[in-house]
Amino acid sequence: MIEVKDIYKTFGEHEVLSGITADFKPGKNNLIIGSSGSGKTTLLKCIVGLHEPTNGEVLYNKENFTALKFEARVPIRKQIGMLFQNSALFDSMTVEENIIFPLNLFTDMSKSEKTDRANFCLKRVNLEGKNRLFPSELSGGMKKRVGIARAISMQPKYLFVDEPNSGLDPKTAILIDELIAELTEEYQTTTVVVTHDMNSVMGIGDNIIFLHNGQKWWEGTNKEIAHTDNKELNSFVFASKFMLAARGKL
Amino acid sequence: MFQSLGRYILLLRLSFRKPEKLSVYRAEILREMVSQGIGSLGIICIISVFIGAVAAIQVAFQLVSPLVPRAVVGSISRDSTILEFSPTISALVLSGRIGSSIASQIGTMRVTEQIDALEIMGVNAPGYLISPKIISGISMIPLLVIISVILGLTGGYIACLLSRDIAPADFVAGLQNGFNTVTVTVCAVKAVTFGFIITSVCSYFGFYTSGGALEVGQSATKGVVFSCIWILFADLVISSLLL
Repeated sequence: MIEVKDIYKTFGEHEVLSGITADFKPGKNNLIIGSSGSGKTTLLKCIVGLHEPTNGEVLYNKENFTALKFEARVPIRKQIGMLFQNSALFDSMTVEENIIFPLNLFTDMSKSEKTDRANFCLKRVNLEGKNRLFPSELSGGMKKRVGIARAISMQPKYLFVDEPNSGLDPKTAILIDELIAELTEEYQTTTVVVTHDMNSVMGIGDNIIFLHNGQKWWEGTNKEIAHTDNKELNSFVFASKFMLAARGKL
Repeated sequence: MFQSLGRYILLLRLSFRKPEKLSVYRAEILREMVSQGIGSLGIICIISVFIGAVAAIQVAFQLVSPLVPRAVVGSISRDSTILEFSPTISALVLSGRIGSSIASQIGTMRVTEQIDALEIMGVNAPGYLISPKIISGISMIPLLVIISVILGLTGGYIACLLSRDIAPADFVAGLQNGFNTVTVTVCAVKAVTFGFIITSVCSYFGFYTSGGALEVGQSATKGVVFSCIWILFADLVISSLLL
């Protein structure tokens, strides 16, 4: 369980997040949505500790993460897996080396155990046999899947995903969404997904938080989102003519 | 300027925190040693031979007096090669070869969120990325400078053989006359210092890159320019302190 309490974040004079409070439950796909510049990625970075909030707290299982120093955060960070928008795979390493990298640093597993774990993770994301390829030899969708394989290699309790569908075709995007949802259910991870893709919202959104101008504007499920009377949320969700036409059927 | 200096010192302190796992860092250091040492050997060999040859020819050209023994050419070439040409010119060339590579590599990792990925995993990113480069720099650059000295003097000998302005035997006699070991100490101190400057300054500029491809290029340029300036400044300080 992750609790975000009254988070503020300013860059210079510009306030990007204004008092965000939210709970992210285990075994659920928690989505943070909003238009560009609404503060989604900043909130995610505050939660994982890449940005320090100007004010407020982030609690991982009741432990105040924001108050901890670098070394004290390491045990929590070992339980975190993250998929970045551009996958952020290490260019100089092969797919297998990328996956076993955290295992090399934080476990005492033998070489064969690490290889087995890498093979298991690759099988889980349907990339068996791609161990020796370098990131430059992979397509966008494959990179995302390797990113997921790396994120789950340490069997994380918390899975963070930043824009999983950016740059992917709709079919691959749905496959990635399904994979995230399956992993969340399988490992009972607390999954937080930042997205503005409506397919993801409708497909896997167990708990959705809508940000607008750095504030939490709405919270609910994918069942509730189509029937809300929130003006800003409606203008975001039904921005396309297709969604507008489909509104009656939802 | 003081803010940058403070950030540089803090980054160095972070870089030398206790490593998560020594074996991983050791492998990284060896990888950097191969990249910096073997990768720079070719360019160092080429410039050293030519600089040594040119130094011998120019000294011979300036010492045409019948009152000056011809062997002095060898002595002057030896001292200038050991004290200045090999450590300083090599360091300036290496700041372009190694420094730009370090700054652009770390800068690219920054803008493609690879450094964020390290931090999320709980890895001390400055330690993992920067300390192996610095350790490799302060061990491999002195080795490259030693090779440069040997090849520089060989270049001077070859120049004597080819130009016939000075007899090779006189040049060799000059190399052996009045050798002062302090020059070697100064050369070693300079090489280690320059190795540290090149790797740490360029790592600093790479690590604090923000933006995209354009900024990565700018960081590499800044890294090389600033490390060259610091090399020349350190050269002056070391020379005035130790000679």
